[in-house]
Amino acid sequence: MYVYDDYDQAIVDQRVAQFRDQTTRYLAGALTDDEFRPLRLQNGLYIQRHAPMLRVAIPYGHLRSDQVRMLASIARRFDHGYGHFTTRQNIQYNWPKLEDVPQILADLATVQMHAVQTSGNCVRNTTSDQFAGVAHDEVLDPRPWCEIIRQWSTFHPEFAHLPRKFKIAVSGSLEDRAATWVHDIGLHVIRNAAGEVGFKVAVGGGLGRTPIIGAVIREFLPTVDLLSYLDAILRVYNRYGRRDNKYKARIKILVKAMTPAAFAAKVEAEWAHHKDGPTKLTQAEIDRVAAHFVAPAYETLPAEDAAFAAEKAQNKAFARWVERNVFKHKQPGYAAVTLSLKPHGKPPGDATDAQLDAVADLADRYSFGEVRVSHEQNLILADVRQSDLLAVWEAAKALGFATPNIGLLTDIICCPGGDFCSLANAKSIPIAEAIQQKFDDLDYLFDLGDLDINISGCMNACGHHHVGHIGILGVDKSGSEWYQVSLGGRQGEQAALGKVIGPSFAQDDMPEVIGQIIDVFVENRQPGETFIEAYGRLGIDPFKRAVYKKVVAHA
Amino acid sequence: MHKVDAKHDPADGAEAQQMQTHGTTGQPIIVDGAIVQDTWQLINDDQVPEQGAVIVPLSVWLKQRDALRARAEPVGVWIAPDEEVEALAADVASLPLIAVDFPTFIDGRGFSTARLLKDRYAFTGELRAIGDVFKDTMFYLKRCGFTAFAVRADKDIHEALKGLNDFSEVYQGATDQPLPLFRRRASVA
Repeated sequence: MYVYDDYDQAIVDQRVAQFRDQTTRYLAGALTDDEFRPLRLQNGLYIQRHAPMLRVAIPYGHLRSDQVRMLASIARRFDHGYGHFTTRQNIQYNWPKLEDVPQILADLATVQMHAVQTSGNCVRNTTSDQFAGVAHDEVLDPRPWCEIIRQWSTFHPEFAHLPRKFKIAVSGSLEDRAATWVHDIGLHVIRNAAGEVGFKVAVGGGLGRTPIIGAVIREFLPTVDLLSYLDAILRVYNRYGRRDNKYKARIKILVKAMTPAAFAAKVEAEWAHHKDGPTKLTQAEIDRVAAHFVAPAYETLPAEDAAFAAEKAQNKAFARWVERNVFKHKQPGYAAVTLSLKPHGKPPGDATDAQLDAVADLADRYSFGEVRVSHEQNLILADVRQSDLLAVWEAAKALGFATPNIGLLTDIICCPGGDFCSLANAKSIPIAEAIQQKFDDLDYLFDLGDLDINISGCMNACGHHHVGHIGILGVDKSGSEWYQVSLGGRQGEQAALGKVIGPSFAQDDMPEVIGQIIDVFVENRQPGETFIEAYGRLGIDPFKRAVYKKVVAHA
Repeated sequence: MHKVDAKHDPADGAEAQQMQTHGTTGQPIIVDGAIVQDTWQLINDDQVPEQGAVIVPLSVWLKQRDALRARAEPVGVWIAPDEEVEALAADVASLPLIAVDFPTFIDGRGFSTARLLKDRYAFTGELRAIGDVFKDTMFYLKRCGFTAFAVRADKDIHEALKGLNDFSEVYQGATDQPLPLFRRRASVA
């Protein structure tokens, strides 16, 4: 994991001082609301329904145990005792006081954390694969590149006030677990035919009002050119992205309007001017950053621990948890464990201060003191010995983190929605909870298999509803809350956007509507077929017929 | 666009001295890290006065270039966010001052305009930020190559001056410091 040196620390400390000064001047009336808003947003501070909401950056989802304990301490001292992990690997606090925020930032800085650029029209936290560095299918570790991008993007003066927010994701595996195709820039670390390392560069993906899958504008970018090429993309976007309409201001609209080929040509022309300038990366810097991400001191272990195998064979509940929540590790004898923050009937992604402290203890005891956050809003212990899995499972059960539902119907991605967010048209958490309660039978859930339900409370699509196998979008119809359902979306290498099934539904009908969709799948599936595979074969019509046959109230 | 008004701001002794060395009346402005009195008049239309140093809109410059060049006193040009700096490329070497307008500080196009003027077209005159300029915009402006800052009349210019130094260290290369930290970190480590 990256560890700050004096330079990194000085930059974060000075940011705290700057924000303290800005807050003081705002409270004294020297900064207006309109002036303070963009400044506080670039420190992750929103003004929400109940209180300000503070979003703290977790760069590419990596945390040390001391940082997790600080997050717990902040939840305890400045919030109502919990935090909410987001779909971009950050954490949000829903109840801090504005006056306390400078102190919260100062406390975060003591453990090398910050809230820099977690909101606002700037380059946001760079996200990545939660299994980076440990995944069995990894080609190259994306984390050094994430950190290099983090440093480049932090207070980048030219791109401080872009037309709109800007999100970059990096993946280095065969399977894309970082949603790279729906990011403003998606980078795939690859090796070319000559064996050189570089990036495949996609731009203009995104969800929101105009969901688009990203377009590849460069098949291979040498690693040393990463930052100069990003500068070129951002400069073209900063100059030519629309600023007259915030719904047309993302880079995807520019890329679409210009066509990806014309956009790529413009970027290449811009890049040619400065590609060999001082921003060109040096091997020394690449090596310096990569040295922070070397493998921990693994023991030499057999590929499969005998006691672990025996326990799995005789303990059905444990075996079920292993099947869903344990991910195959590249190091023999180790495994990556996902702690589910989706217990049935609780807000997805929430963790209490006590749970966070307990996770930090688990990390210290079983996983080299590190914790990760996934964009599916779960926590990961990435380096657990197989022989410790039973103990970790028991501990996770005691914490309420052992729901064996990773990738299943109840592992719902969900934004905070109308209960907390002032942008939302409709609530989202109660919909997730009602669906989780309807599908509370674990045997049935396992039988249904892989199924992504994603819920967003508004068009901004923080819950990634477009790429859910079943997507749910909250809409406002003359003051009441309705829900639009889409089918067939997916994330990963075969990323696709869901199709809207038809008119929207009332909140109370949602569990039944989901039930009807699931019934069509169960009645029509072939042996071994997943929901998304069956949907691909059947098309949307049988689902549509079932859902609208018995007309529940719809508008 | 902010109209320049010729009101005199009360200044302490040190500033009064600096103002004298810079001549005529005008608003206080930050140039090269010091508060001085502005000697330029900002023009918003094609009515360019005979007398005095003026900063004219890019469109006016492009239409009246020869006449403006024949003027006895200096002429600078200001650029709006949606205007392309490329239009000025041929004139950059001969202009003493170029201003970039920020009608609102959240419109960051002027940052790219400034960097292109300095980094690509090698502009060496005074690069001035005008419009919505105040303390919290200063550091980024400086990094993009601005050397002069027409701080909004209703904002505290002394506070704004401090904003130039919000950070003592930066990660990425930009106009004021082209070497990214990674090229300097190695040499000082």
